Amino acid sequence: MSNDENGRGVNASDGTPEPYGDTGRSSSDTYATSPVPVDNETVAEPIPDPGLGEHTWRPTDVDPKAEKRAERQIAAMFIAAMVSAVLFVVAYFTLEIGDNWDTFAGLGASTVALGVTLGTSLLLIGIGIIHLARKLMADAEMVEMRHPAASPPEDREATVAAINAGVEESGIGRRPLVRNTMLGAVGFLGLPGIVVLRDLAPGDALDIDRLAHTIWEPGMRLVRDVVGTPILASEIEMGDLINAAPEAMFPTEENGYPELHGAEEQVEKAKGAIIIVRMNPDDITPAEGREKWTVDGIICYSKICTHVGCPISLYERTTHHVLCPCHQSTFDLADSAKVVFGPAARPLPQLPLSVDEEGYLVAQSDFNEPIGASYWERAKHEQRLKA
Amino acid sequence: MSSDSRLDTSKVATTNGTTAATASKPGRAGSLATWADDRLGLATAMKKNLRKVFPDHWSFMLGEIALWSFVVLLLTGVFLTLWFNPSMGHITYEGSYDQLRGVGMSESMASTLHISFDVRGGLLMRQMHHWAAMIFIASMMVHLLRVYFTGAHRKPRELNWVIGCLLLLLGTLEGFTGYSLPDDLLSGTGVRAADGFLKATPVVGTYMSFLLFGGEFPGEAVIPRLYIIHVLLIPGILLALIAAHMLLLVYHKHTQWPGPGRTEQNVVGFPMLPVYAAKAGGFFFMVFGVIAIMGGLMSINPVWKFGPYDPTKVTAGSQPDWYMGWPDGLLRIIPSNWESVIFGYTISWNVMIPILIVPPLMLVLLMLLPFIEGWITGDNRDHHLLQRPRNAPTRTGVMVALMTFYGLAWAAGGNDIIAIKLDLSINQITYFMRVAIFLGPLVAFWITRRWCISLQRHDNEKLLHGYETGIITRSPEGQYAERHLPIAEKAAYTLTARDRDEVLSVEAGADSAGVPAPGSRAQRLRARLSEWMHGHNVQKPTAAELEAAHHHAEHQAELQSGLDHPVDGHDFDDHRLRDADEVPLREH
Repeated sequence: MSNDENGRGVNASDGTPEPYGDTGRSSSDTYATSPVPVDNETVAEPIPDPGLGEHTWRPTDVDPKAEKRAERQIAAMFIAAMVSAVLFVVAYFTLEIGDNWDTFAGLGASTVALGVTLGTSLLLIGIGIIHLARKLMADAEMVEMRHPAASPPEDREATVAAINAGVEESGIGRRPLVRNTMLGAVGFLGLPGIVVLRDLAPGDALDIDRLAHTIWEPGMRLVRDVVGTPILASEIEMGDLINAAPEAMFPTEENGYPELHGAEEQVEKAKGAIIIVRMNPDDITPAEGREKWTVDGIICYSKICTHVGCPISLYERTTHHVLCPCHQSTFDLADSAKVVFGPAARPLPQLPLSVDEEGYLVAQSDFNEPIGASYWERAKHEQRLKA
Repeated sequence: MSSDSRLDTSKVATTNGTTAATASKPGRAGSLATWADDRLGLATAMKKNLRKVFPDHWSFMLGEIALWSFVVLLLTGVFLTLWFNPSMGHITYEGSYDQLRGVGMSESMASTLHISFDVRGGLLMRQMHHWAAMIFIASMMVHLLRVYFTGAHRKPRELNWVIGCLLLLLGTLEGFTGYSLPDDLLSGTGVRAADGFLKATPVVGTYMSFLLFGGEFPGEAVIPRLYIIHVLLIPGILLALIAAHMLLLVYHKHTQWPGPGRTEQNVVGFPMLPVYAAKAGGFFFMVFGVIAIMGGLMSINPVWKFGPYDPTKVTAGSQPDWYMGWPDGLLRIIPSNWESVIFGYTISWNVMIPILIVPPLMLVLLMLLPFIEGWITGDNRDHHLLQRPRNAPTRTGVMVALMTFYGLAWAAGGNDIIAIKLDLSINQITYFMRVAIFLGPLVAFWITRRWCISLQRHDNEKLLHGYETGIITRSPEGQYAERHLPIAEKAAYTLTARDRDEVLSVEAGADSAGVPAPGSRAQRLRARLSEWMHGHNVQKPTAAELEAAHHHAEHQAELQSGLDHPVDGHDFDDHRLRDADEVPLREH
């Protein structure tokens, strides 16, 4: 491929000008003068480019019957699209919605009808238009010349000259004091930009030391997590796992805990969640300093996984293993909830238990380490709690 | 092309009207155009762009799917915002859905249920929005693979490749922020994990978490914040980058497959107006239609089955949307206890490596691929002709290795589902993945590269010895041989229309005194990589080889058949074509 004297594309093999060829830009602005090379010679060997082939006409170009048929097909699709759009409106007003999302083959009749009629209408329009393009619009291939992405060398030079002239006239290079203080001033704007985001967590909401504590306190009862009833140590069967919560999450006049609202309630709920299991006391591997944290084989751990904080839930009573469904970290509840499998790095924190005078399970204290996922300051918090 | 300078298209679509298509006097549209051009002067820019030529190939449609599904996302998304209430305020649900009536939940969950059950077409729009998001991301990925496998990322299109990678990243983040909004149990678990990821960031992680959540997790701030990121911030950037992506596409002109008449310096295809405008416009309706039917018939993210988020609850088989699955898989296969305490500060390698280090590294690697390849080949030329994947065996192997890594990590993200469905031990799957994630990509690379090279050999076979006709001939001596016939000239040209690979060698490694030249270490590395990249490739035959092979083939043919016409397999039965002398050569 080369260009003739008018800059129009010429097919190399037979020298005929390309139809519709449009160089777009001036003829100097092609690969012939570009600083960036393009290589067609290595492509066109060892076999020379035979050039574009003969155009073949479609049946719709030469056969009026085929042309008419295509026209009718396309119009039929557009008419069917209109019908489908009307059916959408009919379905919208006739089909009930509400709590019947599974009336039709496990799906809501309204959703199905609206989706199918809307989709059919859109599809028919789309297929009709493409059919039109393929059958009836001109399908002669056209050839257009490419231009290098690079600007012509003279434009580059002119641009560099303009930039240099601008910089020169601004005098910024000669006045480093002005330049440096200006850059400094703009740079200092970063400070307000960052500081203004401080109150995303307003006031002491940004106090990260809160992560070290939960709502548990000495003597607080353990209650069932949905109904909030306290749990008698005697009512837990061997092998049971109970999802439980701190009693403070269910304030009543009797227990005297203050009402919790909104974010505060959610935060304490998320941190205070626990699991209680009862196993044969002989199965428990006693950990140093935790000998008196259990009550008759009843043992209690934080429910929040130490990996990234999902609530753990799947308990296998024969092995005493509990599995986090998010990333399969597995903890051995009989052995201080140590990690036996999966990506978690630390055991689940254990809540020290005892019973009150009425026989209900209560906490001896808060956890002695932060619960949940690790964070940068976690080890410091743990040190402080254990000290 | 016909020998006329212009095709006679007058016979096309003659029945569309009774009058000629030539413009008579300017009508209303004409005067409107004049009015507009007097003020905007667009005619100069449009005169060449309206008839801009686009080459045709099915694989060029993949990016278009992404574009149109993004438009569907905008349309359905606007519909959803009319009812969605991004608030974490706690209310009791009193809507139509029986099983959750009387249950406490956030207003965002309640308004999601309202859209699903009390707004006609609301569930359809929700499901269309979600399906469109999946198609958006999936089509971007497949489009990326197409571009890379065919070499369309090479100069001058490297920056558009980088923009495309950013679009993929933003699309993923947009998906995550979007599916978190309903505040249902599944998405809330995802946000909970994201909180863990933030907290694993060294030094600033805890504060990042507190600032995002407005205090401790879960707080009441995160959903409104994710909402504005989802409906304004990321879509705005996406729109700007998509515009840049398209402008660069128009400026560079689309790549094309090599073939007769298609060169590095031209583009052969159909004009924007009318053919491409119609095809692309029609395709928009088709993508929209398919998504509408999917939204109507395929349930997705049924949040009413999951229930509202509760930080103390979780369901088994919790999975993120599929495009977030591969980092989740890496997170799952990290061995236990990878955490250290240094100077009293906790460093969670078990979260940092799979979430904060490897995915960003993979993205950077992806963005650098064109630049790495450009440096190794030292190729400064513009490339507008596409390559078949087989003709760049190392590059194809590299991408298949990356795909294998992605696929294995993604499968690891479903290790619990695989364990249940295939009745396997989840521990064994995890142990397997820990090894496979390293070995799999290497094996995939090796197999792919050898496969490509053998396909290159096959191409050369066809060029030199022709195609296998399936006709067995027996010589008078009783020797059997299969007749080969040369492939058509155009097919042969298309097969050879590619560059010869050059293996770079080290130039001027040391000066006369034996002192290594500066930068020669980089040069040696480059030479080694060049050898690694191209050293095994099969080059197309030279003119002399072709000549010799054809000479040999003619000689063979004479010896074998002694017929005066091409063998067609019907020499001795009644099915022989009447004009067997003009049996066309196969077009491949």
